[in-house]
Amino acid sequence: MALPKHADTLERIWHYAYIVICCLIFLFLIAPILIVIPLSFNAEPYFTFTQKMLSLDPTGFSARWYDLLLTFGMNNAEAPRDSSWWADVWANAAWVNAAKNSMIIGFFATILATALGTLAALGLSRPEMPFRRAIMAILISPMIVPIIITATGLFFFYSKTGLANTYFGIILAHATLGIPFVIITVTATLVGFDHSLTRAAANLGANPRTTFFKITFPLILPGAISGALFAFVTSFDEVVVVLFVAAHDQQTIPRQMWNGIREQISPAILAVATILVVISIALLATIELLRRRSEKMRGMSPA
Amino acid sequence: MTETAADPHAAVAINAGGVSSGGLTTADGRPLKAALAAAQSHAKRRAFLLVLPLLLFVLITFVFPIGQMLHQSVYNPGFTTNVDVITKEETPIMVNVRNWFDANPPGTEPDEAAFEALAKDFLLVDELRAAGSVGTRINYDMSGTRSLFTKTARKAEDLQPPYKEAMLDIDEEWGDPELWAVMRGASSAYTANFYLAAIDLTRNAQGEIVKVPDDRSLYIKLFVRTLLLSLLITFLTFVLAYPVAHLLATLPLRYSNLLMIFVLLPFWTSLLVRTTSWMVLLQSQGVINDALVAGGLLSDDGRIQMMYNQTGTIIAMTHILLPFMILPLYSVMRPINPSYVRAARSLGATSWTAFRRIYFPQTVPGIGAGALLVFILAVGYYITPALVGGADGQLISNLIAFHMTKSLNWSLAAALASILLAGILLLYWLYDRLIGIDNLKLG
Repeated sequence: MALPKHADTLERIWHYAYIVICCLIFLFLIAPILIVIPLSFNAEPYFTFTQKMLSLDPTGFSARWYDLLLTFGMNNAEAPRDSSWWADVWANAAWVNAAKNSMIIGFFATILATALGTLAALGLSRPEMPFRRAIMAILISPMIVPIIITATGLFFFYSKTGLANTYFGIILAHATLGIPFVIITVTATLVGFDHSLTRAAANLGANPRTTFFKITFPLILPGAISGALFAFVTSFDEVVVVLFVAAHDQQTIPRQMWNGIREQISPAILAVATILVVISIALLATIELLRRRSEKMRGMSPA
Repeated sequence: MTETAADPHAAVAINAGGVSSGGLTTADGRPLKAALAAAQSHAKRRAFLLVLPLLLFVLITFVFPIGQMLHQSVYNPGFTTNVDVITKEETPIMVNVRNWFDANPPGTEPDEAAFEALAKDFLLVDELRAAGSVGTRINYDMSGTRSLFTKTARKAEDLQPPYKEAMLDIDEEWGDPELWAVMRGASSAYTANFYLAAIDLTRNAQGEIVKVPDDRSLYIKLFVRTLLLSLLITFLTFVLAYPVAHLLATLPLRYSNLLMIFVLLPFWTSLLVRTTSWMVLLQSQGVINDALVAGGLLSDDGRIQMMYNQTGTIIAMTHILLPFMILPLYSVMRPINPSYVRAARSLGATSWTAFRRIYFPQTVPGIGAGALLVFILAVGYYITPALVGGADGQLISNLIAFHMTKSLNWSLAAALASILLAGILLLYWLYDRLIGIDNLKLG
């Protein structure tokens, strides 16, 4: 993007204007996500920077909203903070329970989506797969069909089959929503997969199972893991299906946030948001590492 | 099938001497063509078996529920069958009046026989305590009639002949021909009436399809608004994404990978978090307004209302969908060879002409992919409009949710959802034809 030496004045002006515009767009992309982090440490129940915060006065900041995440819903929040207080947090705090539910649902939905999705991606990336295009379109469709339509359909289906108000029902639904991501990432890893490697293994006397676990599996593992992360994030962020098919006491983090935003938005929501942003930064870093690892492994394999 | 025939490599082991009986054969004496076909169909089956578990899973947990929704959109047994809440026992109701409807053509003035049938039906309805659900069903097509049914059911035991007068005594509305037309429409559990309602149409007393009065028409307006807002958001994401994608595509990889974080972090961050951030920023007491007031650009009582209206929906959705435009554009722009533009410049084109005639046409596939994806996602958006949209920033999805959770008119919700689904599937098909589902990339 270097400016050529022969550029005239107008081009120079445009070039710098262009860079400024791009910076502004990057700011538009990232600022809303980062702004919640300092605001979540607000000592006052406001959603804007107070005078004290702007002058970096330590009394303007506090971790009270993070504390509220623990104490909200507890039996005895005022008790001294010993082991029984923490036991109370673990058993009764609303946000902690929501986090537990989200983790359980996300974990099983991810396992289900990744196992089925990886298997299917292996089949889909074979050249001899019949009806490839149509089947692929069906398997990706949960990502394209609006979530409200999926939730409506599941509501009718679950109320007839008795899956409504069960964790099993939510896990099935979340697995369905995560499957397209697994399919996309794993098939992307399998594009350019060197099939002569598996043939070489077979030629050297490995049976199909050994070939799969020693050759194919390690090569698609980065794709499968990033697919699994996508599936987990999808489940961890999903609120509409939970609102439609879950029982009232089956709270998850997004549902708790949804209720919090709709009723009365308090800075505690910003504290949760900050934690989620930190988690997504960690996930992004993981994905990037996996991508590099995958590229490195491909680089080692004979093209 | 034997193991040798199953192995595609077996086909390679041609028996060199096997030319005798017309054509080549494999080592075990089978014709080569047949062995190859068998091996191929085996490979096909093996590939299909790998996909089968997931396909069944998605059919059961996704396609089948969607099918149920489609069924619900044309099926509502509120006027024909009563399901007991506890025993789940199904009882046909309104049998006599439904027989009367079958015997008389639409538009017939209800006579004493009709009222007698209705009065008898009300006895059963009262006994089953089903007046509420029957009334609700009629209420979907003609608002304000639910109480008429509960009231009449309470008095059903006291009804004496002549039934016409007795019922008109309870409420004059029983003489309304429109009410009878609505009951006739509901007398079959399968009906297209919910689709009519979803596009602001209704049936008059003669059973003809007419437009609903303007003050009650709502859905067409909302479909149009959803389309227009989605188009606007798609356009805005395009305007914002193009320069950024171009910058990312022309920078050396080590810089662009770093800047890519700015695109991917929003993509990975929870939707609710991003929506919450926009609420914080856009509130009338929020960061943007405060900054503008502090900078002297606004007076304290002149704060801009940017949330709970269309502006909020547009800003937040543009931000949320922007990565879906940047990523396809980037993947198309990256491989574009810069020497084409240089060649155009050296042949005398101005930088604008070089961009317009050489660079831009090469990015059109990416624009198509991104725009179609963003549009598909925007049309069905629910969470963000529900939280920041207020009254006039609502999209069609929000109305579906309203009918599912608040008004409990599930059949109408299903009909609206089916119309939306039909539009989305059309766009999805288009996307698959033009771009191909395989080319969908995530980060």
